Amino acid sequence: MNDRACDACVARSWLVARLAGHLEKARSRIDQVLALGVEDLIVAVGGRETARLRAEFETLDPDGLRSRSGTAGLETICVCDPAYPAGLRALAAPPAVLHVAGGAVDLLGGESVAIVGSRRASPYGLDVARSLGRGLAISGITVVSGMALGIDSAAHAGALEAGGPTVAVLPGSADQPYPPGKRALYRRIATSGAVVSELGPGADVWRWMFPARNRIIAALAALTVVVEASERSGALVTARLARGIGRPVGAVPGRVTTPQATGPNCLLAGGACVVRGPQDILDHLFGVGERTVRASRRQPPSELQPLLTAIAEGYETAAALARAGFEPENGLAALAALELDGFVRRGTGGRYRVAP
Amino acid sequence: MGHVAFQLSAGAAVRVQEIWHSVCTTADTTARTLDAMLARIATFAIDGIDPRHVWVEVDIRSGLPAFTIVGLGDAAVRESRDRVRSAIANSGFEFPQTRITANLAPAFLRKVGPGFDAALALAVLAASGQVPAEALDAYAVFGELSLSGDLRDSPGALAVAEGARRAGLERLIVPRQRAREAALVEGLEIAGVSTLRAAAEVLAGGPPPPLPAPQTGPGVNAPVQEPDLADVRGHAAPLLALEIAAAGAHNLLFEGAPGTGKTMLARRIPSILPAMSRAEAIEVTRIHSIAGLHASGLVQARPFRAPHHTISPSGLVGGGAPPRPGEATLANHGVLFLDELAEFQRSTLDALRQPLEDGCVTIVRGQRALVFPTRFMLVAATNPCPCGFAGVGDRCRCGEADLRRHSRRLSGPLLDRMDLLINVERPTEPELRAPPQTSSALARGRVAHARERQRFRLAGSAARCNGEMDARLVRRHVQLEEAADRALARAYAVGALSARGRHRVMRVAQTIADLAGHDRVTHADLLTALSLRQRGDADATLAA
Repeated sequence: MNDRACDACVARSWLVARLAGHLEKARSRIDQVLALGVEDLIVAVGGRETARLRAEFETLDPDGLRSRSGTAGLETICVCDPAYPAGLRALAAPPAVLHVAGGAVDLLGGESVAIVGSRRASPYGLDVARSLGRGLAISGITVVSGMALGIDSAAHAGALEAGGPTVAVLPGSADQPYPPGKRALYRRIATSGAVVSELGPGADVWRWMFPARNRIIAALAALTVVVEASERSGALVTARLARGIGRPVGAVPGRVTTPQATGPNCLLAGGACVVRGPQDILDHLFGVGERTVRASRRQPPSELQPLLTAIAEGYETAAALARAGFEPENGLAALAALELDGFVRRGTGGRYRVAP
Repeated sequence: MGHVAFQLSAGAAVRVQEIWHSVCTTADTTARTLDAMLARIATFAIDGIDPRHVWVEVDIRSGLPAFTIVGLGDAAVRESRDRVRSAIANSGFEFPQTRITANLAPAFLRKVGPGFDAALALAVLAASGQVPAEALDAYAVFGELSLSGDLRDSPGALAVAEGARRAGLERLIVPRQRAREAALVEGLEIAGVSTLRAAAEVLAGGPPPPLPAPQTGPGVNAPVQEPDLADVRGHAAPLLALEIAAAGAHNLLFEGAPGTGKTMLARRIPSILPAMSRAEAIEVTRIHSIAGLHASGLVQARPFRAPHHTISPSGLVGGGAPPRPGEATLANHGVLFLDELAEFQRSTLDALRQPLEDGCVTIVRGQRALVFPTRFMLVAATNPCPCGFAGVGDRCRCGEADLRRHSRRLSGPLLDRMDLLINVERPTEPELRAPPQTSSALARGRVAHARERQRFRLAGSAARCNGEMDARLVRRHVQLEEAADRALARAYAVGALSARGRHRVMRVAQTIADLAGHDRVTHADLLTALSLRQRGDADATLAA
């Protein structure tokens, strides 16, 4: 068990967690507030509790805190440690201590790309996030995201599908899944990758923790890709934070009429790099043609090719395909054949989509 | 005070003496019939959906005029006293001014409703010598009386007739409106009468009135326009799936946006199911008659019941005190349609487990258990997502959390019993203008043919059609061609099917093969079945 965090950093980390309720009112300037020193921080947000906080901070027992992390199965690594992820040092307020479930601490220093996006994603967005996660994992890149519903989870799932490591940065503490419904995904990530948080075990989740978490995602990754995001999505916060520390931002273009595509399309208009697939990401990171995604695109049997083309053209349901001349008597069987071989997926409402 | 009281009591004593005197002076006339002062006649109580033999005994003896009914009757039975009294008086008979005690035996059985009126009145008439008492032995009587002496329409005539035949009785008197219904039971002479006097005349040996002519015409038994598949435009894939569901009696789930035609399609399922056998039709008639649902004669069309989603568990499977059949029993041999499945209470849907599993439901109330048959085809409809527009362009605004909540509401034991998932979509304008693609008569013919193959194959087993096959029967009877077997193995291996889903697909594939006349399930049959499978535990996007 790794608990090499130094006393000062452990104390600082405790303080941030202790101030969770107070920091809520400084939510809009959270990155500036977190950059303050210990004494300034207490004075800035402590309010009437300042004296008591100061006293509690003086009498802190760092060994007790470290053993609590150990009991919760979390490894700790502090900013004073040379093994601390270099990317995070670019932040104005790097987290004093990273609490890591899953133990793959060295993973955090490797080549990684963040894939973030809307909780309310479209099936198309989920498919793209998943295939990006898969493609990056195949190419040996670590996928970083926030384990939120929608795009984040799909990106993690794609990476796991390809057997690659993936890192989830949680807003609350790393010893329990957030959102709580993602228990299964949490276990899978913790087994083969790492779940990270700047807060110690048992911390409650407050609203300021989401932008704070987003800065860690942006700083861990060499490139941040936004798949789908409405105008008010937290994914755009991540993209802005990445820009702020000089990291490139990529975006997946979407249909101009889809609300979830507003965010990425705006980013593209502002100069973000276009991400059409994992290869675009590799090209951007390592130069065009330097590395290629190992992917063999299989071809469906020739008699199923017209059906696949029709689905790709937007005849997505059995009814629409019947209109395009594929009678249900044979069309349904052909759809099942394409689905079995992984060329199409069946979604809600009996809609078929071409698998990316 | 004491003086006044004395006067009052003295006056009352005089009144009593007068009455007593008048009773004594008429005693001579009643003495003739003293031996016949006890009369009894058979009738039947409806217990759940079964007839229970009840003897109505009437004892008339001298005493102050009084009429008491004993034998665990409810309020309607107690009120029967006044109806019987007036009906007898208004039918030109004399209501005996003596002490009358009526007993409904067996005394432990709770008796409900006004159906004992006619039996009580005739027993009183027999006991008072106004109709021949010995004639009562061969008869059962049933029906409610009006004050004027008319025999009113009463529910449950067919059940009563079955009870009468089982009890070895030869003749049955029923309200005239129910005569044709009661006459469905063979070996029983039915007298359909419309008044108490006519009933008395039948007992006195008069000829029973002929059965009324079958009621035809609009709104009676055969609705003018049965819903027909010829009314359907577009919906090519759902029509195919509907035929498969009907051919194998597979439970099915419709999924589609509001207003796309899910209910319209479901209503047409009874029109392509094979006609009911006579035994089935009689069972349906009996239940519907007890529930007061149908006009007269034999029910020909398979029932279609569509309870609203606010229904209670006991409303759906039966219950209450006394226990009454629920919608599941009213849908016996027909279709139970649950629209907006996700809106039903969880407890209500859970109550459907046993009925779906066993084909009957046992209702236990107090110390008694009643069994109601529930062999129905379950058809349900739901929106694909909370907003109802999943995948319709960009209209759906449901997030992953909404979709999860929705699918959690739908999941569970009920979905496990659904063999087919049918997606319904709004037809296009040209489709709406096109001529119909099929008709119920054509589809019914193909369905009947497929059912015939199933009956032959499944003869001697507990199942009558593919939808009723359990895992053991699936293993024994479903023969796959080699390519089909490979496709099934592959679907299972890639996680597109759960273990139970695999059986479901095999059942449906067998039905598709039966419709096509294939001896073994072909590759195409199996793939078609796969495309209609439930969205099980295999949707990886949501499972992540």
